[in-house]
Amino acid sequence: MSAAETGPTHGYNFAYLDEQTKRMIRRAILKAVAIPGYQVPFASREMPMPYGWGTGGVQVTAAIIGRCDTLKVIDQGSDDTTNAVSIRKFFAKTAGVATTTHTAEATIIQTRHRIPEHTLKAGQILVYQVPIPEPLRFLEPRETETRRLHALKDYGLMQVKLYEDIARHGHIATTYAYPVEVAGRYVMDPSPIPKFDNPKMNMSEALQLFGAGREKRIYAVPPHTNVRSLDFEDHPFRVQQFATPCALCGAEGVYLDEVVLDDRGGRMFVCSDTDFCEERRAQGFTGTMSPDWKGEGANGGRQANER
Amino acid sequence: MTATLPSGAGFTDAVGQTQALFRVLMDAMARPGSIGRMPFDLAPPAPLTPELAAIALTMADQEASLWLDPGLSAVDAVARYLRFHTGAPLTDDPAQGAFALIGDPRHMPPLDAFSQGLEDYPDRSTTLVIAVEELAAATPDNARAFVLEGPGIAERAAFIASPLPDDFRAQLQRNRARFPRGVDCLFACAGRIAAIPRSSTIIGGV
Repeated sequence: MSAAETGPTHGYNFAYLDEQTKRMIRRAILKAVAIPGYQVPFASREMPMPYGWGTGGVQVTAAIIGRCDTLKVIDQGSDDTTNAVSIRKFFAKTAGVATTTHTAEATIIQTRHRIPEHTLKAGQILVYQVPIPEPLRFLEPRETETRRLHALKDYGLMQVKLYEDIARHGHIATTYAYPVEVAGRYVMDPSPIPKFDNPKMNMSEALQLFGAGREKRIYAVPPHTNVRSLDFEDHPFRVQQFATPCALCGAEGVYLDEVVLDDRGGRMFVCSDTDFCEERRAQGFTGTMSPDWKGEGANGGRQANER
Repeated sequence: MTATLPSGAGFTDAVGQTQALFRVLMDAMARPGSIGRMPFDLAPPAPLTPELAAIALTMADQEASLWLDPGLSAVDAVARYLRFHTGAPLTDDPAQGAFALIGDPRHMPPLDAFSQGLEDYPDRSTTLVIAVEELAAATPDNARAFVLEGPGIAERAAFIASPLPDDFRAQLQRNRARFPRGVDCLFACAGRIAAIPRSSTIIGGV
């Protein structure tokens, strides 16, 4: 029944996984979408890469990808790092799909720890690689107990954890993997994205799928779904602010990476989203450290950042 | 292919067609009330409709059992077709089926007769696949329409599916009240697919 040699690499099924595995993952995805934020157990397979390299995301992508899809893979916002390059090549080889680095052109975006700066559109699917899917795991190590807490919607532990942050540091010190409440019911780990990206999950037009390979869980956030970062009335949720714009493209209001330049304290802050930064530079935007820096006001006060 | 095979062909390109159909199902589930299109046809033995057959062949296998409504299970060719193409166990207990194929929605069992999942494992519930005779987009002010709000819906979504039991709207509302337990419904007709997952709120009276 199956066309075993449809991919460009012989000896493997299309997109590497066998059809029975894909059906198992697809059934989990269908339930995950129907119960937003709930972690569906699935029979995670061994993949030709180690746990921690995105085996969950790869399995989700393999189960949904088709010949007409265009795939983008990012690792901490970058298209060019080892993890992103090898996963992109993996699907180019086993599925023969088109790949891109441009967010707007992609139908499926697999991501490790970032959400692209460009606002995602309807029809796009964001697949997250998740190391620890259980937001309560470091507060309650027993799976039986965390499962019960989710069933009872008992998230007091998480509020206490955030409160202890405030008691100790004066503010909520959690900066990544910041817990969210999905559609008013399940508390979910958004994977270790910076909390800067949390607001992008709320009411997104794109479908968001999460795969945790080692922990064998799949969960989802449908489009147009309320995703609320947990907080307190007197300590409302806030995202990181950056003092300087991107040193290469001058973007403000985007997430920046710190790059150490020398051993004398030299450093620069640049867009974590490399595609976003490159597109801006191609449009003529410059930053303080770009070779063709045109000086203050060179960007005409314009900010191409869409968020 | 030999003469011992059951009547009715399966997919001609199982890998590509099941992937394409799954994406339609996933999109339908992610955007409740929107109408998706199935890009191809199967020719299963009657009264199994091509849509029900395609969804069963895409989603069911030896690990996911099928429940057939009495109209479908009465026809031996249907059972043989599904067994051959999916390998899925067929069950006569609606609470045991991972997927329920319903060819005669007028006389379908109530939604709470199917597996509702557990509080700890709400994913262990039945997905209903219902063959309707009419499936069309509608405006929210249409009295016949199912009007939905909730995850996956920008404001409100509305569509018409019929025939269904008279109290189906009330059944859906009770199903929603059981959240996160509950069943998820797929409606299929003439190459079109729509979904009402348990997360959708059903607006309007009974």
